[in-house]
Order: sequence, then structure tokens, then C-alpha cells
Amino acid sequence: MRLLRILSEAMGVSGAEEEVRGIILRQIDGHADEIHVDSLGNVLAVKGGTGRTKLRVLVAAHVDEVGLMVTGHDKDGSLQVAAIGGLDPRILLGKRVLVGPEKLPGVIGAKPVHLLDENRDKAVKIKAMRVDIGASSKEGASGKADLGTRVGFDTPFANLGATVRGKAFDDRAGCAVLVKLLRGEPFSFDLYALFSVQEEVGLRGARVAAHAADPDLAFVLETTIADDLPKDDDVSPTTELGKGPALSTLDRSTIYDRRLNKLLADTAEKIGVPYQYKQPGLGGTDAGAINVSRGGVPTAAVSVPCRYIHSPAAILSKRDYRNTEKLMREALGRLTRGTLAR
Amino acid sequence: MPFDLKTHLSDLCDTPGPSGYEGPVRELVQGVWSDLTDESYTDAMGSLVTIKRSTVVDGKARTILLTAHVDEIGLMVTKLDGAFVRVTGIGGVDHRVLPGQLVTVHGERDLPGVVGSRPPHVTPVSERDKYVPLDELVIDLGLSARQVARLVSVGDVVSFDQSPVGLQGKLLTAKALDNRASVAALTVCLEALQTRTHAWDVVAAATVQEEVTMGGGQTAAYHVQPDLAVVVDVTFGVGTDVSERDGFPLGEGPALGLGPNIHTKVFHRLRETARDMEMDHHVEPLPGYSGTEAVAVQVSREGIPTGLVSIPLRNMHTPVEIVSLEDVERTGRLLAEFVVGLNSHTLDELRLD
Repeated sequence: MRLLRILSEAMGVSGAEEEVRGIILRQIDGHADEIHVDSLGNVLAVKGGTGRTKLRVLVAAHVDEVGLMVTGHDKDGSLQVAAIGGLDPRILLGKRVLVGPEKLPGVIGAKPVHLLDENRDKAVKIKAMRVDIGASSKEGASGKADLGTRVGFDTPFANLGATVRGKAFDDRAGCAVLVKLLRGEPFSFDLYALFSVQEEVGLRGARVAAHAADPDLAFVLETTIADDLPKDDDVSPTTELGKGPALSTLDRSTIYDRRLNKLLADTAEKIGVPYQYKQPGLGGTDAGAINVSRGGVPTAAVSVPCRYIHSPAAILSKRDYRNTEKLMREALGRLTRGTLAR
Repeated sequence: MPFDLKTHLSDLCDTPGPSGYEGPVRELVQGVWSDLTDESYTDAMGSLVTIKRSTVVDGKARTILLTAHVDEIGLMVTKLDGAFVRVTGIGGVDHRVLPGQLVTVHGERDLPGVVGSRPPHVTPVSERDKYVPLDELVIDLGLSARQVARLVSVGDVVSFDQSPVGLQGKLLTAKALDNRASVAALTVCLEALQTRTHAWDVVAAATVQEEVTMGGGQTAAYHVQPDLAVVVDVTFGVGTDVSERDGFPLGEGPALGLGPNIHTKVFHRLRETARDMEMDHHVEPLPGYSGTEAVAVQVSREGIPTGLVSIPLRNMHTPVEIVSLEDVERTGRLLAEFVVGLNSHTLDELRLD
């Protein structure tokens, strides 16, 4: 789990993905024929195939994570912040963060419970929150963390046994799987591995990178919601930990390609890897941008089920993570032009 | 051996001790204080009581009791719910900061976990801006139901998992700074007294269960029977959502309590000491109960003249509390100077008639 640990602990809030990009470039160095970084920061690595299958296949994972941005400085030295990407304000209070490329430690403060009034259960809005790095003046604060500085969760990676706990598994788990695919043997087709930026703020990286790559078909490697907690209501857990990589049929961004899903499901059954279908209708992935790029690109998504995505600490199953890599490698190995036959 | 406050306070915060389960941190404190005092013992409640005898008087000397509660708020397992664990609070836990919080369940072994949260989209829109109540939260240990049944029991305690780290401006953030900051201040005091003479016996107590019942402070005062007591705790620090009206600035010294729960002349004596030391300090007006062990200690047996010194602290009762290391140091030195100033006239000077 060493690669996932390194990627999880790296900082990469949307638009400031330098640290994660650096790690990935070092990891894939020597394992691709061309590596290109574009004007948004996307990494597109081309790994030539054996030539047996005349297909250009894009496999994408996004490197950015949700977080905060410094938008102002109070006289008392605290930082005003705004959300980057989808954040539930209810998980932010009383958490440790790291500020800026130097990773200055800070906290998201909270009014002491003793001083709360009858409105105590009303969620504090992000606009009212402050990040405290211990600065004591406006100048001190802006000197250490100027406007635009990114703020990310400060969560050390932990091995819990069959599972791991850490931040930004969405989508560092996908990135880790993609790195491993690149570091393996060439496929029968040319693999375009995309480590995309700014997925969390509107699939921006994938949009331009898909245009540049111009693939015949695409796979997106993601993590997705696992809400398999005890609950009173009869609501689907979306996906469940331990039930294997999740295939997507429909979400808010995309109608996923049935032929590619058939390839994935058939492969999983052949090699004995468990898999599940993500509850349709929820969330979105880079597929939303890739699918409608240029003249259209058939796209499928394979996701590692993950509890508490978009929060300071997520949990995923090591077995699901390893099976996602295994399923992808085997499915790509069985991909032919015939897969897309209608 | 040179004493590094930041390291000592970090060790204190890192060692678990939710109310009623203070064993690990009490042992740590005993290891440090036993080198600085003449006697130490653990009382019936589990409080650590250490005595530094008068350096001057042979035989029966007057006694000052310095207390700092060593327990921290935490959680306790109420139910195993399949692979998940349900909890209740030990002390005044702020449930708003729980979702997404890292925790350690002290079961058959220490088990790392996280307080779970459900994605917003499964919550009805009308509920989405409300914090989930504590009894609807679960702890996720990333284990199977079978493993949880084997490793966790109802009644197991849970502490927050947040390692101490320095911030700008000689500030430190950690969980349990309430009240380990005060325990560290007592260590500073005892260290300072190593090279001073004092006529009174000093009893330094790391008391238990303050966050729930104040039982440790109450019983320690009872069996120590001091002539004078000073309680050391934390108070609200100016910071997020706490204005100058509601709290004290960090880095401007301790706050000295004044009000019905405090012996007015003890307050004056503490303030004189701070002024003589030219030490920054503030006055904390306390119109009602102080919310500290002073509530119990003041009315022990036939009453004890009691003072209160508090260290300003941000984000109280969350795992991201913050104190100024300088304030901790100042508090310790103030207490040492106060102790050194006690003599055979002090009790007469404190009389209210």
C-alpha cells in the first residue's frame, strides 16, 4: 500500500496539483514512450502497445482533491476560506489542515460547546469558518498564507488491517491503479494514461486532455460512495465495501457504455473477481467530459468503493483496491476492436 | 536533565486518559513528578497526589494544594452495530466536530478508526444544514462485524487521535490540552521549586474525573486537607467565534479568577505575585460557578481558601485545542513564586474578619 500512502498524503487541491503530479511523473518515468504535461497540468502518458489491436485507449484518473482556498485574512490572523469542490460543511469543524505548499499546520476552529446557544445544531457555513495557523495579525497571516493558497486535510494514512484510512482516496486510489497499469507490460493497443486535473471543479482537465488524446474508447478509474453504514431508512448504500470494484451504468454526468461494461463484467466472472454495480443516478466522473469529447468516446468507469469520500478520512478495502487493478489489467488484456461491435 | 515544555506537553496530550480511565496518563505524570517531589501516591479515586515537603520547616508545615485535572473528554462504546460501534460522550463532547474525526477505540488493543458520516445527498434537504446528533453517529474501525465483536466491548473508552503540532507564534495544537496544559504548568512549577526554598508543603495533584463529576478534585481536597488551594484549569481563549468579550487572548498570560467561587484575598495575593514578577495576566470575572474543581474544593469539609489560575485555550472540547506555550510556562512560574511567598503569616493575612 506504499504507493497509495504516498499519493494519499500528498497535497493536491484542484488547480494546485504540483506535488501529486511530481510524484506521479517520478513513478511513471521510464514506463511510457511519451509523457506530456499540458497547460492545465494534466499528465498524459502514452505507452505504445504491441500493435495487435488498432485502438487508442484512454484510461483516466484524477489527481486533484477537494479542499479549501484562502480568500481573506482577519485582523486577528485567522484565514477566511471557501470550498474548492463539493464539501459538506458539517464535516469541517474542528479538523486539522495543512496550508500551502509548505504545509503549515492549521486548524478549523470551533466555538466552545459551553458558549453555544439554542442554534447549536445549525451547521456553521464555510464563510463563517476560520483556519487558524497561529498568526496574530492580518500581515502575519497574509505573509504565511496569501490569497489563493490551498488548504487540505491533514490526515496521516493508516493501515487498519483489511482496510486503510486516509484522505483523498478520491481519486488517489484511481491514480495508484493507473500508475501500476503503466508500470506493467505493454497492452495490445496504445494506452493513453491520463492523470487529470480539476475533476472536482467541473471535469476541466479531462475535457482538454480527451481532446488532445482523441481516443477510440475510454475507462475512468475512480472511487465512489460506499454508504454501507447501519441505517433506518431503506436507501441503497450506493456501493458496499468488500463487494469488489463497482461498475457504473448511469450517473449525473454520463450514460456509460454497455459494451465496455459487458467486457468488464465478463472478465470479472472469468477470473473470479467480485464486482458490483453502483446505484445508478448519483455523482459524476471525468467520463462526463470524455464521453462527449470531439465526436464522442464510448466510456466506462471502474470505481473502488470508498466510505466518507470528500471528508478528512476515508476508508476503503484493500481487497477491492487490488481487485480493481486486477480487473482493469485483465479486461484491457481482453479488449479488441470486436468489443465495440454493435 | 533539561526540561523541554513542548515535548513534555506533547507527551501528555498523546497519552490517553478519558475520565475514569486516566491510568496511562497518570503513570506518565507520576514518572515525571516523582523526580520532583518527596512522596507520591495514587488515591482511592485514581488521582495522583505528590508532596514536596517544606524546605525549611521540620515537622508539621502548612499545606497548599495545587490541582490540575488530568482527565480528558472522550467517548464510550454503548453498542456494537454489526461492523460499526455506537458511542456516548464522556464529558461535554462537541458532537459537531465528530463526523470525520480520527479516533482510537481502546478495546482488546488500541484500534484506529474514524467517526463515520453519511453523504449529504441521502439526507433530506431540510436536514442537510443540521449536525447529526451523537446517538446517530457510528465509529468505523474498518473491520468486519466478527472482528469488532471479538475486539470491542460495551464500555470500552474512545479517545481522539490528533498528534500535537506547533503552530506559528509558539502556539501548540493538540487534543486534551484541556487540561494537560495545566498539568504541564504544574510540572513547570515543580521544576522551578527545585532550586527555591518554601516554607509550606506543596501538594501537587493530577486529579481525575473532573469532566464528568469533579470527583477527583473533591476527594483529593478532602483527604489532603490543605490550608490553601489553587486550581489550575483552562479558560476560553480569543479565537474562532470567541471575541475579546467572551475570552482571553493567547500569549498574554494566565487569567486569575475572581468571584463568589474564589477567595478574594487569594485572588489578590495571586495578582500581587504576578505584578511583582511583571508578568502579563488578566482577571477573569466569574459571577457564578467557575466550572472548574474550585467549585468542589472551596466547600470541602469546613471550607478551603481557593484560588483559580486559568490558561487561555482556543476551541475548547475539540481535538483542535490551542494554547500558547508561553502562557503555560508563565502559569507554572507564577504558581512557584506564589508558593515561595507563603509563610507563617499567610493564613492570618487571608482572614476575612
